[in-house]
Amino acid sequence: MDILEELSASLEAGDTAAVTRLTTEAVAQGLAPEIITGHGLVAGMNVVGQKFKAHEIFLPDVLLAARAMHAAMEILKPHLVGKQLPTAGKVVIGTVQGDLHDIGKNLVSIMLRGAGFEVIDLGKDVAPERFVDEAEKTGADAIGMSALLTTTMPMMKEVVALAKKRGLYGKTRILVGGAPLTAEYAEEIGADAYCFDGTSAVDRMREFAGG
Amino acid sequence: MLAAPRSVFMEITRRDFGAVFEGEGLNDSEAPLGGIYERSDGLALFAVTLGRAVSRQITDLFDSHEYAAGAMLDSTASESAELAATSVERTFVSGLDAGFEASMSFSPGYCGWHISAQKKLFETLQPVDIGITLTDTFLMQPLKSISGVIVAGRKEIFIFDDNFEFCSTCRTRTCRDRMNAIKKQV
Ligand code: B12
Ligand code: SF4
Repeated sequence: MDILEELSASLEAGDTAAVTRLTTEAVAQGLAPEIITGHGLVAGMNVVGQKFKAHEIFLPDVLLAARAMHAAMEILKPHLVGKQLPTAGKVVIGTVQGDLHDIGKNLVSIMLRGAGFEVIDLGKDVAPERFVDEAEKTGADAIGMSALLTTTMPMMKEVVALAKKRGLYGKTRILVGGAPLTAEYAEEIGADAYCFDGTSAVDRMREFAGG
Repeated sequence: MLAAPRSVFMEITRRDFGAVFEGEGLNDSEAPLGGIYERSDGLALFAVTLGRAVSRQITDLFDSHEYAAGAMLDSTASESAELAATSVERTFVSGLDAGFEASMSFSPGYCGWHISAQKKLFETLQPVDIGITLTDTFLMQPLKSISGVIVAGRKEIFIFDDNFEFCSTCRTRTCRDRMNAIKKQV
């Protein structure tokens, strides 16, 4: 097994110690950081994503792999200065204004990052302007919003309205998620996708990026 | 201490509870609790919280990239909040005079009882004494908190058909387990 395959397998196993060691070794061998990321880390994370989707592994397995991925990225960071890592796309994400539930949003961010997307996490209780300002500033491909209460869901509609006003609508896709939401509600407010979980968020983002 | 559970409950008459139930007038036209509380033998408003520290710990774990530990602590804390609510229900019920057979608790935001009823519930119960506050969007802080009403009465009042309009989008159907538990109570 070459070092990248080994790295990928250790990542799948959520073995942070092995991933740290192998990433350091790969750098020492002179492998380019973008190769280590693409062929080792993201490749491993993709397998993790597929297995999770097929119910072969559980959420904590995914999260352990994500922690290992983070540790590897910390090692690679200094070697990436001035270089642009190829990303699958950019997403601005947050929990809408008036809502403080962020576990779901955090899990979605982890899944998207694992799949190679750049995620700009605005946190919770995020005002509509912040979503749109940040998407505009960073040229994000999508805005992702989370709401866990029926009383905070309407904030999503305001973000869509503001995106329309600023000419982002249609260019920047809008993804919504959270327990009380439905696909019908998403359609009604003009969002591009309702996502039941992190895996479906990755799938929809890939669709958008591909088309 | 990571979880510092605190709870409060207050007995309430059917008439006074009627106003809390009505809340801001936003309930679904029919909700199971409506038919249940009117036939009850005892009612109490309650609120429980695990406190702020546990939520802070969950955030800290996520911030330090200990995602699995963070997610597991989050689920454990949610489950603990539910257990704390069950324990308040038992305490209230055990203090009641005999004459009722069963009990069940209901929370605003579930099964047709609109979440905005939190406003009247908070005005009446004042759970601020145990450190819970309510935001304009009816969100309780600390996050791991539960509020509602405990209903005690004859078994039959708790049995209903889960075919209300809002049931069509319900993913959990938890009422079925709750009704089965009531049927099994002796
Ligand atoms: C666990 C739970 C609790 C826990 C803790 C909640 C917490 N988050 O800390 C406890 C028991 C304390 C609790 C309390 C209450 N709860 Co509660 N709770 C839940 C429950 C069962 C699960 C929520 C959860 O944490 N899920 C786990 C996370 C990981 O999932 P998630 O946030 O949904 O995120 C996933 C997806 O939704 C999606 N997603 C989420 N965001 C995004 C964003 C994007 C961009 C994308 C792509 C995807 C995505 O992907 C995520 C990962 O899979 C839900 C019902 C449900 N089935 O979801 C009710 C629910 C949220 N609660 C509800 C209610 C009403 C309450 C209370 C108001 C009840 C009360 N009166 O006491 C209180 C409020 C607490 C407060 N602080 O104000 C209602 C809200 C509905 C409404 N009417 O507004 C729900 C929906 C239950 C219901 N009626 O069906 N609750
Ligand atoms: S089916 Fe769901 S919404 Fe309907 S009463 Fe039962 S738990 Fe409540």
